[in-house]
Amino acid sequence: MASAAFEPKNSAVKWFNDRLPILGLLHGTFVSYPAPKNLNYWWNFGSLAGIALMVQIITGIVLAMHYTPHTAMAFNSVEHIMRDVNYGWLLRSIHANGASMFFIVVYTHIFRGLYYGSYKAPREMLWILGVVIMLLMMATAFMGYVLPWGQMSFWGATVITNLFSAIPLVGDSIVTFLWGGFSVDNPTLNRFFSLHYLLPFVIVGVVILHIWALHIQGSNNPLGVDVKSKQDTVTFHPYYTAKDLLGLGVFFLVFSYFVFFNPDMLGHPDNYIPANPMVTPPHIVPEWYFLPFYAILRSVPDIGIPFTDIVFVKAKLAGVIAMFASILVLVVLPWLDKSSVRSAKFRPLTNGFFWILLADLVVLTIVGGKPAEGIWPVIGLIGTVYYFAHFLVITPIVSRIEKTKPLPESISSPVVK
Amino acid sequence: MKMTFKTTLVSALIATAGVMGFTSVASAAGNAEHPKQVNWSFKGFTGTFDRAAQQRGFQVYKEVCSACHGLSQVAFRTLTDIGFSEEQVKVIAAEYTMEDGPNDDGDMFERPGAPSDKFPSPFPNENAAKASNGGAFPPDLSLITKARVDGNNYLYSLLTGYEDAPEGFDVGSLNYNKYFAGHKIAMAAPLYEDSVEYADGTPATVEQMAHDVVTFLAWAAEPHLEERHNLGVRVMIFLLFLTVIFFFSNRAVWREVKGKK
Repeated sequence: MASAAFEPKNSAVKWFNDRLPILGLLHGTFVSYPAPKNLNYWWNFGSLAGIALMVQIITGIVLAMHYTPHTAMAFNSVEHIMRDVNYGWLLRSIHANGASMFFIVVYTHIFRGLYYGSYKAPREMLWILGVVIMLLMMATAFMGYVLPWGQMSFWGATVITNLFSAIPLVGDSIVTFLWGGFSVDNPTLNRFFSLHYLLPFVIVGVVILHIWALHIQGSNNPLGVDVKSKQDTVTFHPYYTAKDLLGLGVFFLVFSYFVFFNPDMLGHPDNYIPANPMVTPPHIVPEWYFLPFYAILRSVPDIGIPFTDIVFVKAKLAGVIAMFASILVLVVLPWLDKSSVRSAKFRPLTNGFFWILLADLVVLTIVGGKPAEGIWPVIGLIGTVYYFAHFLVITPIVSRIEKTKPLPESISSPVVK
Repeated sequence: MKMTFKTTLVSALIATAGVMGFTSVASAAGNAEHPKQVNWSFKGFTGTFDRAAQQRGFQVYKEVCSACHGLSQVAFRTLTDIGFSEEQVKVIAAEYTMEDGPNDDGDMFERPGAPSDKFPSPFPNENAAKASNGGAFPPDLSLITKARVDGNNYLYSLLTGYEDAPEGFDVGSLNYNKYFAGHKIAMAAPLYEDSVEYADGTPATVEQMAHDVVTFLAWAAEPHLEERHNLGVRVMIFLLFLTVIFFFSNRAVWREVKGKK
C-alpha cells in the first residue's frame, strides 16, 4: 500500500531521514498508514498484543536482574523479589498475569482473523507469521513457567519435555539433549532461563515481519471486501491511534484487576511449593492457555486396527503429533478454505461452524483441566476429532457448497444496491 | 451480527474462566470437604490485615506451630509490618539462637538473632523433620496460605476440623480430619482451648486461635498485600479517568468520519 510520503519540516530531521529513512518507515507504519475506515473493536487486539509483548519484555528484564537460575536458589530468589525488591511484587504480578493477558489478547486476535477471513488471499504470509508468533509465545510461556521452580514448574517441565521421547528411535536422545542430563535439573533450568530471555526478542523480530506483511497488503476489514478507493480508508493516526488508546485503557483496567486484586487466580497453588523431584502433585495441569492443546495431547488413543492388538502408532506419539498438528493445521487453512468471500458475515454456514469451533475449544479447555479419568477422555477425543474435522473436512466442503450473501460494492457503500 | 459476535465471545470467555476456576478447585481438593468460608478482613478491594489478630496469630505461631513448622522466608525485621516497634522486633529476634560463622578461627558459633535474620527452622533438614514426626514432613509455613487451594479458608478449616473418625474408618496412627485430602493427617490437633494466653485478654478458643494464626500466615505469605490493594485502587481510579478521556477523544476524532456516512 502506498503511504503518504514523510516530509519533515525540520531541516535536522530531514537531514537525518535522508540518510537513514527510519523515521519515514515509522511514519508510514504508525501515522500515514491507510487503514479501512470500518474496522471494529476486534481490530484493537493487534496493537494490544504488541503492547502486551512490550510489557512482558520490560518487566522481564527487570525481574531477570533479581532472579537466580539455580535449582537451589530459584524459588527463594522469586520470594526475594516478592518480599524485598522494591515493587518486586508488582513487577512479578504484572509479568505472571501479563502472560495470561498476552494469550487472551492473541487468542482473540486469532479468532477475529478466523471469523473475518483475514487468513485468506492475499494475506496468507501475514497469517502464517502469526502462527509462528503463537508457537514462539507458547515455547516462551512454557519455559517461563518453569523458572520459579515450584512443583508445577518442575512437573510441567518433566511432562512436556518427556513428550519428545515419543519420537521413534531418537526420542530418548532428544530428551537427554533438552534436559542437559538425565532428568529435569539444574542444566535444564539454566537453558530454559537463557531461552526464555532470548525468545521474546525473536518474537519481536517476527512481529516486525508480521507488521511488514500487513502493510504490504493492508488490513482486512469486517466486510472482507477490498479497499477500492481513498474514500474507504482513513490514516492510522489520529483515527486508529485514538481508537487503540481507548482499547488500551480498557485492557489495562482488566489487566490491573488481576495484577492488584487477584494475582494468583490464573496460577496454580502448587507452584508456591518448592520443586520436589520425590513428590508428584496429584494432578499436573498446565496454565489455562495450554489446556485445549493438553486435552488434545491426552485424548488420542493408540491408533491401530480396532478389536485387535495391532497398533500402528502408540497413543503417546499420536497425541504429540495431534497436539502439534492442531496448531500447524492453521498454516494450511488459507488453502483449505476455497471461498472467495472472506467475512463470515456473508457466509451463513461458516458463521455457524465458527461458533461451534469456539464451543469445541471451550470444551477442550475444560477437559484439559480435568484428570484423565471417567468420561473426560471420551469427551476430549470427540472434541479433538471435531477440531480437526472443522479444518480438514467441514471448511473445505462448506467453502465449496456455501451460498454466500451478496457482498457490498465497497467499504464506503456498505448497503447492497 | 456484530452484537452476537461480541456477546457470545464474551460469555464464552467468562464461562471458560468460570469453569476453569471450578476445575482447579475440584481437582485439587480430592475427596476433602469444601472448606468453611470465613469473612477475612484482608479480602476485597480495600482489605487490610487486623493488626491485633496478626500479633495474636504470631503468638500462636511462636508458641504452638513453630515447634515443628518453619517460617524460613520471613525476616524478623518485617514484623514491624504487623505493628511491632523496632525495639520489640530486636527483643523478639534475640529470643532465637542463630548459627553463624565461620569466625576468624574457622569455627561456627551461636549468637542471638538479629532483625535482619529470618526465622530459624525447627529442624536442620527435611530428613531430620521426618525422623522426628513419624515420617511426615511438617511443611514450611511461609507460603502455606498461597500453596493450597482456597488457602486461608482451607487452613482455618483444617485447624478447626479435627473430630473423631466415623465408625469403621481406620485412621491407624494418624488423625481424622475431613478437610484433609484422604481424611487422614499425620499432624495431631495442634490447638486446644487456651493453648496460648493472649495478652489482650481475647478468649483463646480454637476458632479464635485458628483465625488469628491464619491472619498472621496470610501476611507471612504476602507481606505486601495491603500495599497491593492500596496501589491497586489508585491505579484503577487513574485508569478509569484515563479511559474516559480516551473515550471522548476517540469520539471527537471519529465524529467527522462517522458523520460522512
